[in-house]
Amino acid sequence: MLITRRIEFSASHVCANPSLPDEENRRLFGAASNPHGHGHNYIVEVTIEGDPDPVSGMVLDLKELKAILNAQVVDRFDHRFLNKEVPPFDRTVPTVENIAIEIWNRIQPSLVLPRGKLHSVRVYETPDLYVDYFGEAQ
Amino acid sequence: MIHVTRRYGFSASHRLHTPSLSEEENRILYGKCNNPFGHGHNYVLEVSVRGPVDGRTGRAVDPAELDRLVRERVIDELDHKNLNEQIDEFQRIVPTTENLGLLIHSRLQRAWTEVFPGPWPRLEKVRIAETPRNIFEVDANHGS
Repeated sequence: MLITRRIEFSASHVCANPSLPDEENRRLFGAASNPHGHGHNYIVEVTIEGDPDPVSGMVLDLKELKAILNAQVVDRFDHRFLNKEVPPFDRTVPTVENIAIEIWNRIQPSLVLPRGKLHSVRVYETPDLYVDYFGEAQ
Repeated sequence: MIHVTRRYGFSASHRLHTPSLSEEENRILYGKCNNPFGHGHNYVLEVSVRGPVDGRTGRAVDPAELDRLVRERVIDELDHKNLNEQIDEFQRIVPTTENLGLLIHSRLQRAWTEVFPGPWPRLEKVRIAETPRNIFEVDANHGS
């Protein structure tokens, strides 16, 4: 069974690799490379896979998942300039791909689930662009 | 490996009618969709690709390149068209959204290596919604 919890955060970013010249960044990223930054309302869907506990009828306690997602993602990312305030995006480009991988890496160690495991992280940068990450193995 | 999905829209008209059946059989099979004057939809198309994240760009696909491919091969060809009258393939087959999904998948697959000559990214899935309640998916292994 799959269970999905959705969270949102709003943040600004610049899509540019600091080790590349400005012109190359403009060629690669276009308007997204504007050095002053621009923002999105990100929507994150975290999906857990597992079987319900026979006593509680739940795969996991959604309150606990909510607390982990707030601590690891919302509190760190919401209303921040990702390149300046949220490592590792001072060194890696905060594309929606890298944001999804970073969210997976942040929440995965905190999710201690006797009856389930992290299945996927989906991040919408806009309603028309999203990515899915299923972990390194996939 | 990461999966990137981009969403597009186009509007077109069609009529579900197959010459291999009688007028009456077509009416029974397709109901309102068989109206001889045709009818239209706002189609919503999702194109999913798969690939590793490039260390230099932080991206699995350049969305501008994907947009160009989808616009040139699909949207510009289908948007504000009568599918039965103006799309070659639908002279021979019924423009159901199943067949439309297969047509879009095959057009993207055929042009893919012109835009993405490397091993990655690969086309993974085409998902098309005829209305918010009728949705069709074609996965990348189709036809291979």
